[in-house]
Amino acid sequence: MSVTTEQVETRVIETLASFGPDASQITRAATFEELDIDSLDLVELAQVVEDEYGVVLKGEDMKDLKTVGDAIDLIVERAG
Amino acid sequence: MSARPDRRKVVVTGIGAVTPLGIGANTLHDRWVQGNCGIEDGAGACREFDPKEFLSVKEARRLDRFAQFAVAASDEAIAEAGWNGEAPYDPLRVGCVIATGIGGQRTIEAQLEVMRERGAKMVSPLGIPQYMPNAAAAAVSMRHSLRGQSYGVVSACASGAQALGSSLRMIQYGDADAVVCGGAEATLTDFAFACFNSMQALSPTGASRPFDLRRDGFVMGEGAGVVVLEEADAAAQRGAPVLAELVGFGSTSDAFHLTAPQPDGGPASRAIELALADAGVAPSDVDYVNAHGTSTQLNDAAETRALKQALGDDAKRVPISSTKSAIGHLLGAAGAVEAVATVRTLQTGVIAPTLGYEVPDPELDLDYVPGEARPLLTSNGHPPLAISNSFAFGGHNVALAIRGAAK
Repeated sequence: MSVTTEQVETRVIETLASFGPDASQITRAATFEELDIDSLDLVELAQVVEDEYGVVLKGEDMKDLKTVGDAIDLIVERAG
Repeated sequence: MSARPDRRKVVVTGIGAVTPLGIGANTLHDRWVQGNCGIEDGAGACREFDPKEFLSVKEARRLDRFAQFAVAASDEAIAEAGWNGEAPYDPLRVGCVIATGIGGQRTIEAQLEVMRERGAKMVSPLGIPQYMPNAAAAAVSMRHSLRGQSYGVVSACASGAQALGSSLRMIQYGDADAVVCGGAEATLTDFAFACFNSMQALSPTGASRPFDLRRDGFVMGEGAGVVVLEEADAAAQRGAPVLAELVGFGSTSDAFHLTAPQPDGGPASRAIELALADAGVAPSDVDYVNAHGTSTQLNDAAETRALKQALGDDAKRVPISSTKSAIGHLLGAAGAVEAVATVRTLQTGVIAPTLGYEVPDPELDLDYVPGEARPLLTSNGHPPLAISNSFAFGGHNVALAIRGAAK
């Protein structure tokens, strides 16, 4: 099953929005710090990603992610 | 008036509540005085509570319902104390003690369901921080940047009162200048009902009628009560509103049975005596008792004996009413919510009745304030003095002595 960047982007933004930040603020360039997305949120995001795309993201993989775009790119790369 | 000039005095400067009667301490007292009952279909649910009114999406989804209640009640209490966004003391000298009987019951159940349905890997990382019993204390501490001692207190149905007692000591001993304290509970789940039902603790008729001959068990409720305590001189210095003074705390244990109270009420009586001694007052000074009054056969009988033993001849004179007749039993929140109700009783001079009390039990022959509200009369011209009782599964007994503010 191949996944498009657009599909991942939509799913990631939707998931992050459910954590609290306003959907309009969630762009590829937005940083997790700006969005007040912390390590607990990223673990939840990783669960959604694993459930949906079978991509396992560990704390190691997540710690260098700064922006929403970083996360999307990593997921697409691993899913491919 | 205090027999303990060696101790720092502690005043109540703000109170807040979320209860089955609605949002707010005034709502609780006013509606109870009017004879309204928040119990429907055998439960005291906080139907008027909408987390969105108090919390952002992010805050709400990180807090179990019991902690949400605590945060809402703390906002009200702190606003009444006039803290205006930050504590008027060094934050490291402001404590936070929020009790619970159980903790995040709904979260435990929901995450157990996730694990069974979707596997262990899908369990939320927010599970533990939501269901830990100290979650409400942590949430209130973070919310208001309270950086002194903060922790949860657990002694089942005495927890809320125990939180106020611990906080009183914290200020008296000089470890804090103010403490935001109280209790919170949210256990209206099928599982919790099943557990209490299998103990035959709940009323099969769904009626909370403490001290009545027909009483047949308690009605489970949910909610939170929060009180702001401040060292009296510091409070006076900043011109704080003084609602009441927390003058006494007494606590004992039955060491008798896991769930049943000691029938003669001995250790419970001793808790009341200790609270009176701690306050430096005599039974003749007591103007009102906010009873634990659960509506179970055993509690209401043992509590009546305890009051007779502790107050002697004065037991017959003192009006006694149970908040649980109006909201059910809020478990770990009960003692705090009832302290809140007691403070408003002292402030307004109006005693709310024990609702549903119609058929006297010949064995229980005190004045349980049947029918309707009545004025609070003081016995000696001083500000009125009240006792608030809390007794628990596990044999934990707590009595608080609260005095009205000097006019």
